[in-house]
Amino acid sequence: MNLTLHVWRQADRRSGGAFATYEARDISEHMSFLEMLDVVNEGLEARGEAPIAFDHDCREGICGACSLQINGVPHGPDKGTTTCQLHMRSFRDGDTLVIEPFRAKPFPVLRDLVVDRGAFDRIIEAGGYISVRTGQAQDANSTPVNKQDADEAFSYAACIGCGACVAACKNASASLFTAAKISHLGLLPQGQPERHQRVLSMVAQMDLEGFGSCTNQYECEAACPKEISVSAIARMNRDFVVASLRGR
Amino acid sequence: MSSSPVLNAREPSGPIEKRWEDYKFHTKLVNPANKRKYDILVVGSGLAGAAAAATLGELGYNVRCFCYQDSPRRAHSIAAQGGINAAKNYQNDGDSIHRLFYDTVKGGDFRARESNVHRLAEISVNIIDQAVAQGVPFGREYGGLLDNRSFGGTQVSRTFYARGQTGQQLLIGAYQALEKMVHAGNVKMHPRTEMLDLVVIDGVARGIVTRDLVSGKIETHLGHAVVLATGGYSNVFFLSTNAMGCNTTAIWRAYKRGAFFANPCYTQIHPTCIPVKGDYQSKLTLMSESLRNIGRVWSPARTGDKRAALQIPEAERDYFLERKYPSFGNLVPRDVASRNAKHAFDDGRGAEGMEAVYLDFRDAIARDGKPAIEAKYGNLFQMYEKITAEDPYSVPMKIYPAPHYTMGGLWVDYSLMSTIPGLFVAGEANFSDHGANRLGASALMQGLADGYFVLPQTIGGYLASGGLNKVSTDHPQAQQTQRDVEAQLEKLLGKRGGETIDSFHRRLGRIMWNQCGMARNREGLLGAIEDIRALRERYWATVSVTGSQGSLNQVLERAGRVADFLELGELMCRDALTREESCGGHFREEHQTAGGEAQRDDERFCHVAAWQYQGDEATPNRHIEPLSFESVKLVQRSYE
Repeated sequence: MNLTLHVWRQADRRSGGAFATYEARDISEHMSFLEMLDVVNEGLEARGEAPIAFDHDCREGICGACSLQINGVPHGPDKGTTTCQLHMRSFRDGDTLVIEPFRAKPFPVLRDLVVDRGAFDRIIEAGGYISVRTGQAQDANSTPVNKQDADEAFSYAACIGCGACVAACKNASASLFTAAKISHLGLLPQGQPERHQRVLSMVAQMDLEGFGSCTNQYECEAACPKEISVSAIARMNRDFVVASLRGR
Repeated sequence: MSSSPVLNAREPSGPIEKRWEDYKFHTKLVNPANKRKYDILVVGSGLAGAAAAATLGELGYNVRCFCYQDSPRRAHSIAAQGGINAAKNYQNDGDSIHRLFYDTVKGGDFRARESNVHRLAEISVNIIDQAVAQGVPFGREYGGLLDNRSFGGTQVSRTFYARGQTGQQLLIGAYQALEKMVHAGNVKMHPRTEMLDLVVIDGVARGIVTRDLVSGKIETHLGHAVVLATGGYSNVFFLSTNAMGCNTTAIWRAYKRGAFFANPCYTQIHPTCIPVKGDYQSKLTLMSESLRNIGRVWSPARTGDKRAALQIPEAERDYFLERKYPSFGNLVPRDVASRNAKHAFDDGRGAEGMEAVYLDFRDAIARDGKPAIEAKYGNLFQMYEKITAEDPYSVPMKIYPAPHYTMGGLWVDYSLMSTIPGLFVAGEANFSDHGANRLGASALMQGLADGYFVLPQTIGGYLASGGLNKVSTDHPQAQQTQRDVEAQLEKLLGKRGGETIDSFHRRLGRIMWNQCGMARNREGLLGAIEDIRALRERYWATVSVTGSQGSLNQVLERAGRVADFLELGELMCRDALTREESCGGHFREEHQTAGGEAQRDDERFCHVAAWQYQGDEATPNRHIEPLSFESVKLVQRSYE
């Protein structure tokens, strides 16, 4: 099939950007979206032009490197799917696609479709961990964990840190990302000692990075390629209130 | 061929169960107050790199950690699916440290160093404790205790898992520990930074030269020790299960600075990957080995049978692994499973006439019900459906062997130090523990063992022995190394030949897959060496590298990596040619048993081969480290 692409091109962080138009010809429906971009890029490269820069790595939907706003939707039209796992069979011959980077003030564009998501690392750095020195741990089975809690913790731990939740939110809120980590660790017995400190520090860092507030539109959940539930945000808010009232 | 004095593994002696303990006791220690005076550079942030950086940071060293990804959380360890082995014996099924040790030595076809493997088996139990304490959400039973599954090459259930995302959860655990140390100020993280060379001063590794992938800035970082935890080189095949960015550059350039490269031809072809669809394909996707717990592998029994799976009646299906290996069945090791799949489609019995066989879940679904399968393996089934648009709950998966892991890597001694003092190598980047074939669920175990438990001890011992002068970036050797890097980038950026980098990478991959893949022979390897040399020459003559140095330039990144693969490929073929035996994943067609299994030659090849660089066009020197087996008996490997 043949498609028309309007792609955001931007030289670097400081420059302004603009859309450029490319034709993607003879695209197989079995290609992944990124393989379609590879084909366009190889054409550009062969003509001596700079190919479109985009982040990608594992191409299995797990590393969280790929992003892209496709026709206004983070990771494109398929539910629960990263851009690298999106296949061209989801589009039709003759379609026009608008491809942009994830848009959010805390995610500055570095080039074309590549953004800086370092703010996410700094939120984890603020408290998204359980403090245990290597070699300190007791036997793994000495703390049984209720299977239901373990499974729920897992469902939040599945976050790949891609940033689609931020890109989907009109406020550019990072609540789903932050709350997923708080919920993952807060549901496990190992996470209890630092539970209150964790929520206060991580929320403070999230605000400091310039992410907006959550206004309960649930766009994040709809865009999340791992389908993480917004109930995480309710958990985070509850923990935040309790921690604040206790004064840490 | 003679044993070189350089290749002394410096293993402790004595009973094998006591060696690691003895080693630790006799290792010199660094006083806590002195640790902050030492700078350690860790390259790579996967399981080995992140675990090492976090733990060294906790100990009080000054750590700088580098990764090419935008965040350390994205290293390719994240894509490991099925699980991690540990000799916990929680299932009471007869497991023990000794059994894990034995299975791993046997699984590697007796081509690994006994002392290292035993240490790995001992540490395996601590890793699970550590990960659970960090909050890694492993699969659990209803009683609240940890669950296990089985993997290939073993007859016990010792694999811990987090659905089909075990690597992700373990990496996030290590990443969180790392971020905690970043917050504490003990680790400085350098994301989107690629190591392009190793700085060796007076024969000792003292630093690295890096390129900032956003600004293009070239920088020299100096320290007291360098750790390479930069993963494997399966992308030499172009199509592999590795992430797009995985490359050999760090270890290859260290090789060119004097680190020996051990067993480069030992590569693992994983039996259960999704088959190739077209020329545009950029990578291959793995379906976890854990699916062989419940799936049955079969091919049409009759040559030329191209009917769709569901049209082939039960009597005309050949469950070839169950037939040939009744005691291990579908859970034979990867090399054995891949080789047998290859026999099936070479014989015209591929799935629908393709280079593929079936992995069928019909019986498991009938036995356990769909919800039970979904709970354990749902994400893998979903991934398969997204890629192929076929529903594996109703139609058997088609699977195909694909390059997945490289057992070869930089040679290291017992302390994980390479032949360059001060240069340590961990995880898949070293050659250490898996011999000629790695068992499933052992890569995560090795990466974390090296990172959390081995390196933090051994690097301390190295630093405590003293003798390191202060060096600065003004040192002529440091300046020369940086100039070499700049010159290579400049040379690449001058290329306007019109051929794309990927077109070369694809051609190299085809040569490697055809001649140095699942089956190798003398004639093919000799031809491949000639073909790779010609391709390399053509690369430097006709490749095009667009863009500039001083900006984010993904073309330039790939250009350097592919240039290195074009050199590594030749060394792999040379190693495969010289090793005139078959062992594990290295299958020389001239050396096979009557039943088509790998035929070792212990008289001549019971050793590690480690290659020493002699110049770009010169033949490298081959050194050997003889392997002696005191705790296990050297026998013909059998899974029948």
